[in-house]
Amino acid sequence: MSHVVQTANGADHVHAEQPNYLEAGHTVKSWLLTGDHKRIAVLYLISTSIFFFVGSILAGLIRLELTSPAGVLLENETYNKVFSAHGIVMIFFFLIPAVPAVLGNFILPIMIGARDLAFPRLNLASWYVYMIAGLLAIAGLLMGGVDTGWTFYTPYSSLYSNSQVTLVILAAFLAGFSSIMTAVNFIATIHKMRAPGMTWFRLPLFVWSTYATSVIVVLGTPVVAITLCLVMLERVWRIGIFSPELGGDPVLFQHLFWFYSHPAVYIMILPAFGVISELFQAFTRKRVFGYHFVAFSSIAIAALGFIVWGHHMFISSQSMYQGMVFSLVSFLVAVPSAIKVFNWTATMYKGHVRMQTPFLYALGFIGLFTVGGLTGLFLACMGTDEYLTNSYFVVAHFHYVMVGGAIMGFLGGIHYWWPKMFGRMYPEFWGKLSAIAIFIGFNVTFLPQFIVGFLGMPRRYHYYYFAPEFQIYHVLSTAGATVLGFGFMLPAFYLLWSLKKGAKATANPWGAHGLEWQTASPPIVTNFVETPIVTDEVYDYTHVDEFEQQRATREMDSPGAPGLQTKEGEVIEEEVH
Amino acid sequence: MAAITHATDEHGHGHEEGLHHQFEDMEQQSETYLVGMWSFLVSEVMFFGAMFLAYTLYRWKYQPDFHAAHEELSVLWGGINTTVLLFSSFTMVMGVHFAQLRKKDWVIRMLGATIVCAFVFLIIKFTQEWPVKFEHHLFPGANFGTEGHLNGANPKAAELFYSLYFAMTGFHALHIIVGILLLGVLAMLWKKENPLVTKDYIPTELIGLYWHFVDLVWIFLFPLFYLIPS
Amino acid sequence: MNYSMSPPQASNFAAPHDWVFYILLALTIVFTLIVGVAVVIFAARYRAGTKVNRARPVHEHMTLELTWTIIPLILGLFMFVAGAKLFVYMRTPPKDAMNIFVVGKQWMWHAQHENGIRENNTIHVPVGKPVRLTMISQDVIHAMYIPAFRVQYHVVPGRYTQLWFTATKVGTYHMFCAMYCGNQHSEMGGYVYVMEPGEYAKWVAAGGEDVPRLTMAQEGARQWNKLGCGNGNCHNEADTARGPSLFGLLGKTRTFADGSSAKADEAYIRESILQPYNHITKGYDNTMPAYEGQLSEEDVLALIAYIRSLGGAGTPQTNINAQKGTEPSGGYERPNRNMSVGAVEGQLPSRPGPRTGNLSVGAQSMQGQANHE
Repeated sequence: MSHVVQTANGADHVHAEQPNYLEAGHTVKSWLLTGDHKRIAVLYLISTSIFFFVGSILAGLIRLELTSPAGVLLENETYNKVFSAHGIVMIFFFLIPAVPAVLGNFILPIMIGARDLAFPRLNLASWYVYMIAGLLAIAGLLMGGVDTGWTFYTPYSSLYSNSQVTLVILAAFLAGFSSIMTAVNFIATIHKMRAPGMTWFRLPLFVWSTYATSVIVVLGTPVVAITLCLVMLERVWRIGIFSPELGGDPVLFQHLFWFYSHPAVYIMILPAFGVISELFQAFTRKRVFGYHFVAFSSIAIAALGFIVWGHHMFISSQSMYQGMVFSLVSFLVAVPSAIKVFNWTATMYKGHVRMQTPFLYALGFIGLFTVGGLTGLFLACMGTDEYLTNSYFVVAHFHYVMVGGAIMGFLGGIHYWWPKMFGRMYPEFWGKLSAIAIFIGFNVTFLPQFIVGFLGMPRRYHYYYFAPEFQIYHVLSTAGATVLGFGFMLPAFYLLWSLKKGAKATANPWGAHGLEWQTASPPIVTNFVETPIVTDEVYDYTHVDEFEQQRATREMDSPGAPGLQTKEGEVIEEEVH
Repeated sequence: MAAITHATDEHGHGHEEGLHHQFEDMEQQSETYLVGMWSFLVSEVMFFGAMFLAYTLYRWKYQPDFHAAHEELSVLWGGINTTVLLFSSFTMVMGVHFAQLRKKDWVIRMLGATIVCAFVFLIIKFTQEWPVKFEHHLFPGANFGTEGHLNGANPKAAELFYSLYFAMTGFHALHIIVGILLLGVLAMLWKKENPLVTKDYIPTELIGLYWHFVDLVWIFLFPLFYLIPS
Repeated sequence: MNYSMSPPQASNFAAPHDWVFYILLALTIVFTLIVGVAVVIFAARYRAGTKVNRARPVHEHMTLELTWTIIPLILGLFMFVAGAKLFVYMRTPPKDAMNIFVVGKQWMWHAQHENGIRENNTIHVPVGKPVRLTMISQDVIHAMYIPAFRVQYHVVPGRYTQLWFTATKVGTYHMFCAMYCGNQHSEMGGYVYVMEPGEYAKWVAAGGEDVPRLTMAQEGARQWNKLGCGNGNCHNEADTARGPSLFGLLGKTRTFADGSSAKADEAYIRESILQPYNHITKGYDNTMPAYEGQLSEEDVLALIAYIRSLGGAGTPQTNINAQKGTEPSGGYERPNRNMSVGAVEGQLPSRPGPRTGNLSVGAQSMQGQANHE
């Protein structure tokens, strides 16, 4: 795609046709040895999608089993391995990498006006480490799996479980290193590679979120890495740190584990928050309300998120007073998230709201994350947590924030940046249908779980034949899961379809603000023909309005209509000084 | 809105040698590498930090037993190792200094000295320190403590002490080994006058930072394990 | 089909807990509605193309920010205080609470009353009296969970933990293990029986008679599993490199490494467990751990009974792995898997009291057929 750009001094400047990043090299080697952040993002997209699919199958098995109080297909041991695998695959191999390594990798450098990330080879290496970790995890699952739950509590995991604990822990350990590598890359990139004029407070909020996430990754992941290592050592060499039989303390494991795993949930949600900010600004065509508050709330969440881990341990024999500190800070950490939700909602006020697929995901996020976040308060509150912890209430809560929050954010981002990544539009009807199916299916799946948890059903339970009063809620939940599964499957089909058959996308199909929309769809290898110089404030739609509105209106009415692709010689009046 | 204009220099031809394409100039590149390395070292601090925390908690709980168990550690050899590593940090600093001055022969000598120190450290550890403990059945496991040498410590607490000792010094030794490999590669590049290192002192500085970190970990390990007051 | 949306309130904590819970629920609903309604209204009113006043759009508003920061903060702090107070109440047993000691182990609960009564997978308590459970685990982390009482706490190996309650309503209530502990985690449960003082006194006088007793061989089988005698390729059905088979051992003659031999009677078996190094069977090494000091004489007798039951005529035992319980050891009887949805219509017993010897309570199919697996 050629770009005709007007430069500061007004001279036309035609560049020779540069291939986009997808076309620059068709060999397998050019993909597997790429340094291009965009290609690496696509590699991650393929692999995280595969893991999401595996994790979903496992979820389907769980939901199937739970329709009947005495199970349907599986024995106890197998069921325990299935739910453990579901958690491990979804958390370590999908939720933690997805938004940063797919969307972050692709769009972050472009958003700040850079040609690539700071360390392209480190980026590629992070994918390989992730793949090796993933293969080890799959091997572990095929060789019998683990039945410890994704939380690997000792001494069960270190001394009692007869399953592939060492292998799967090794996989999780390596996956952690992959995310550290990505985080180091992002931190260096954001600090040092912003285009001229891109000051910190002109950064899109997605960058702020990604930055906060990366800091958490660098500080937290090593702790869980060494903790899991010590569990491996305990298993293999009886180097006892966590087992009372060896003089150790099982609660120490919990402290070390949750020191990472609580911030980990912010690793999973903060990038999604960043996506939501971008979606709100794009589909209300308005600067996000309270930009500074939203930006700083990400930092506050990252900081506070490190001192709440004990809310997973109120009943684990830590002292009441320790617990109170954790409970208090847990209520505090809810506030920045609330601030974000209110600011996003306020963004819509006096905006120009377009209810397109990415925005449906954003709105779904608002509803589901609000419920998920508020139900977290039941668990931050010590008195109710004593009752609700380890029950299905917790399962419902974290699925609301992880699926209703993080995955909605991921899907919203995919649908928003898909035209940029692949130069194609997907059919809007199917996009909307999936978003709605996912929203409805999700609620039907997980709302009943709040109730059955409140009734006292513990989590990780295979059977409940002694409590048949639970069954109705499980049947309802499984029915919802079927709709949810259908909703998740649809994008796989129409997105893939769009790669070949979708309408070709222009540089800025949404008429949105952002450097990424100033360059071709898909971008050339170096992202920009020339390094941009940023002069506008972030999300300033006044200039975008003047030009993009016309172009956008044409596109909204009939995507793919002729005349929308940039032609040779067409002047794009992108710069109005 | 961004103005797409001419970049600050030419269209990407005639780059400075050693400047990667994603960077505008060497200064940006150097600074970025330093930010990256420091971020990585922060993650390493957290990695060791968790073990230091576990150590602190158990020592607080089992103070007298840790004291008794630690008497088996040789302050002499530990002290020698500490001196060796401190000296190696000095030679590393000199190496970076000479790299900035582009004095290839001196860089290689300093890197060589650092590598030698590292080997001395490992040799002392793996010939004078660890084997003695294996012989005395002080490695955690089924045989732990069956040859005495517990000095009256509660066996479970002593086993914990040694679990932490071997885990922490073991991970540290792993980091030394990785450091030796990195230093070796660096020295080779200098020997071959590879412009990657001769034109830009940053790679040498980055490895220097890593080496100082590894030394720093030992500076904490030594007093914590070898110098426990009663 | 019966279904409910809230659990029974059967302890002193239930009402205060549910108050806090319902306040949180109200706050959740209110804030979700506020946000949800705002979103819907804005999406409709400010839909692109609508002719409404968009002049002077606002991008920030300090007062608004402070308002929606401070109000949630204050509400949060209120809930923190409410929750902390409730928790302190839940964690502070009265000094005169009745003590019951609980050991959790894979996969059952064992309770001991101070008066000597023991029960498995059940706890009988009088209504209206504070009860403190002092708990410890024999193996991995478990959790004692009694939903109707709103109490839950981890049961940890190597240290005692406790929880307390005062039952306020006569009845039978679920007791669950709520910390994942392996294979039969979901079946590691039973019932709490809250009884009128008179009934309770009668129960105590009868020695807690409805405790199901295990035969000695069953007790020995549990010891065998717990100690892992069949693990690590040691004592299997056939001789292995590590250890001889114990099938049909009683009455056999064993030859030892030093050439001597002896008839395998109870005394020999006892010595082989407690001090195996005294007589190593020919062809084997001195690798078996000695259990002297670790097993009570009762345990040893039970093991001998179990070993006696091994082999001989009858179906050979499958390899017993310490982790694989083939029978539920919790307080339930596992129903036949081939039941259709809805067929498990078990009712909890309406009246507490001594049960008629059989373990299955509330888990019978409509056909009344309870199947062992």
